This record gives sequence, structure tokens and C-alpha cells, in this order.
Amino acid sequence: MNDPQRRGETVACPHCDLLQGIPPLPPGATARCARCASTIATRSTDPIGRPLAFTFAALFAFIVANTEPLMGLSAAGRHASTTIVNGAYEMWMQGQQITALIIAFCAVIAPGGYIVALLTVLLAVRRPPAPRWVGELLRWAAFMQPWSMVEVMILGILIALIKIAELALVEPGIGMYAVAVLVVLLTAIGITFDADEVWRRIEWVDPQPSGVGVARATTGPEARA
Amino acid sequence: MTVATAAQAGFVSCEACGLLSRPAGKSELGHCPRCGTELAWRRRQSIQRTWALVIAAAICYIPANVLPVLSTTALGSTDSDTIMGGVVFLYTSGSWPLALAVLVASVMIPLGKLMALTYLLITVQRGVPGSDRDRTRLYRLVEVIGRWSMLDVFVDTFTVALVQLQPLMSVKPGPGVVFFAAVVVLTMLAAMSFDPRLIWDAGSTREGNHG
Repeated sequence: MNDPQRRGETVACPHCDLLQGIPPLPPGATARCARCASTIATRSTDPIGRPLAFTFAALFAFIVANTEPLMGLSAAGRHASTTIVNGAYEMWMQGQQITALIIAFCAVIAPGGYIVALLTVLLAVRRPPAPRWVGELLRWAAFMQPWSMVEVMILGILIALIKIAELALVEPGIGMYAVAVLVVLLTAIGITFDADEVWRRIEWVDPQPSGVGVARATTGPEARA
Repeated sequence: MTVATAAQAGFVSCEACGLLSRPAGKSELGHCPRCGTELAWRRRQSIQRTWALVIAAAICYIPANVLPVLSTTALGSTDSDTIMGGVVFLYTSGSWPLALAVLVASVMIPLGKLMALTYLLITVQRGVPGSDRDRTRLYRLVEVIGRWSMLDVFVDTFTVALVQLQPLMSVKPGPGVVFFAAVVVLTMLAAMSFDPRLIWDAGSTREGNHG
């Protein structure tokens, strides 16, 4: 639409470093690198509002997924059930502390941190320019994202369920459905979220008038003052 | 057609926010003016770090497959299962699609990742000619698919968490689980430390030598 900064913007492809200009993109379009075909820019219809709505919903689904039991088991008149955190706790108790920490990180801390950080970022950039700490938070969210493995976890839970079904009666719990909803919402966030657009709305560390900046010297502001 | 990379044109792009900027100096590039991240032409010691992580992952891959990941105690007798044992169990119990999913995620993906990263490292280091585009595609595949090998760790965790009906039946994690989780984490870190731009840098040096 009317986004002058968008036009004539030059980027370097993150995968092959080729310099290229991004043409004006219609909403919903994706620009690919001319040389290696990596995605270099995306344009969504509503880059802030939609991911914000999905992130709010994801936060709710995340809370339910972590508080309600994933599945229950009945055998010989006895009943047992487990939550996500309980899975990591049980691994810890059985002497697999490192595995327990990895599971806790990939199943709870990374997705939770990603959702909370992204929610704060999206709320903050609604009225640009957003303060610098928002950029710090966005970097943090980007660090968490590859370690958030909710979609891998749900397949793992399903396989565990089928394996155990051979031995005892199992029934899926509310937590399981919440995890499924969470997977869908995280995918929706991934599709609608545009990090470039968010970065454009964040105040620069070193404000400069031109589009292409000059790097700040490593000596830092303390040495200059 | 003249193609210029940002580095050739004297620009550096920020790894965190993607902003293109002129570096502050030749040796000290400085920090990104927009987000403050320290700038670098390429990821630091990319080849060495990736090699170290790939080798560590390859070492962990052996105990991950040889040692049991689960041991089931039912009615006084104990059974230990390795990753392949779990695949066979799923297959014989009639759910071959799940057996296939675990086989792909736990055996083929980690091995494929290790081979793909080794191939990329060797071809970049030795400047072997080939399709740079295909190699970049291979790198992207490794990056996207890597997380799925955590599947079996999740299966084991939730099996252990649920089947605790002492003294009737209980499941304990085996020593293989931690090695398996380590393979996944190390290969993910290896993929993150490898800089795909090096594939193209090697190609442009080759062209330069010939012309």
C-alpha cells in the first residue's frame, strides 16, 4: 500500500549474501532470492493485528496445555495421568536430569518464552517508533523459536499413547487438545508474522537519517563520551 | 551479468535484524546501528565450530543407538528397548505408519543431517565445484527438518511419565536417551553455526581464479 520505505529497499540474502532490491510486493506475496531462492521478504495483509490475535490465543492454549492432563491411563483398577511438566519431572526423578532439562526447555520454556516475548513485542510496536528494548526482546524471541518443539511433542505424545494402548486403557485429556490447538496457532503466527515490518517500527540504537546505516564503532558510547 | 554480494560491495547485513549497513572500520566492523548486534562478514569460526559439533554429535550417535532408551518392568520381568527395538515393537504391533515415523525421525534424519553437514563442510573447505543452489537447498532442509529427531525423546518421556503403576508395571528411561537428545541438540547447534554464505563465497573465489 503506501509504504515508501518498502520501495527500492535493498537487502542482502541471508543465505548467499547477494545484494538485491525488493520490488513492491502485493499483500500476501513473498520475494525470493534471485540466486539461491531463499525467502528474503514477505508481505502480509495485516502484519501486526493478525499475529497479535494468534499470539493471544496461543498464550491461552499454552496455559491450558500446561495445566491440564495430557492423557490418563487405567489398568487393573488404578488410574494415572500426566501433564507436560510432569513428563520432565519424572525423567529427572528417574536419573535422567539432562534429558529432563532438554525436554523442559523444548516443550515448556522455549514455546512459553517465545509466545510471551512475541506478545509483548507486537503490543509495543502498534504505535511506532517502539523503544529499543522491544528489539532486544524480538532478538530473544528469535533465539527461542527454533527450540520450541510443540509440533514434535504432539506426535511424540500420540505415539506414546498408541504404544501404551497395547498394555492398558488410555484416554486423551484436555491438555492434549490444547497442545493440538497450540500447534495450529504457532503455525499461524509463523505465517503471518513479519519480522522485517516489526524491525522497521523499532527505534534505532544509533539514529541515522538514511535508509542504509553506518555501523556504530565497537568502542561504544562510553569511550566516545 | 554482474552479481555482487553485500561483502563484495562493502556492506554487511545484520544477522539479527537484516539491516544492511556500512561497517565502521575494516577490521572492527562495529555494531548494527538499528539493533546493536555485533556485526560480522560471516558467522565467526563457522567451519571449525560446525566441525566440532558434527564430530561430537557423531560420537554421541553410537551410544544413542546401541544403549537402551527404555526398560519396561511388568510382572517381575524387565525388558530393555533400544531405538530400533521401539521401531520393531511399533511395527509388530500393527502400527507401521508410526514405526515408519519413528524410523525416519530417529534413525534417518540424524544420520542424514550428519552426512549432509559433513558434505557441506568438505565441499566448502576444498572448494569442490557443484551446484551452489542445490547445496543451499540442502542446508535449508537440514535446518527445517532437524528438530523432528527429538520425536523419540518425547515418546520415551511421556511413556515413562504415564506408565508408573508400581508394583504392577513401570517404565524407566535407559542410558541411551540422554545421548540421543545430545545428538539432536548438537546437530541443531551445528546447523546454526554453519554459514551458508560460505558455499557461495567458495564459488566466487573459484570464478576469480579462472578469470
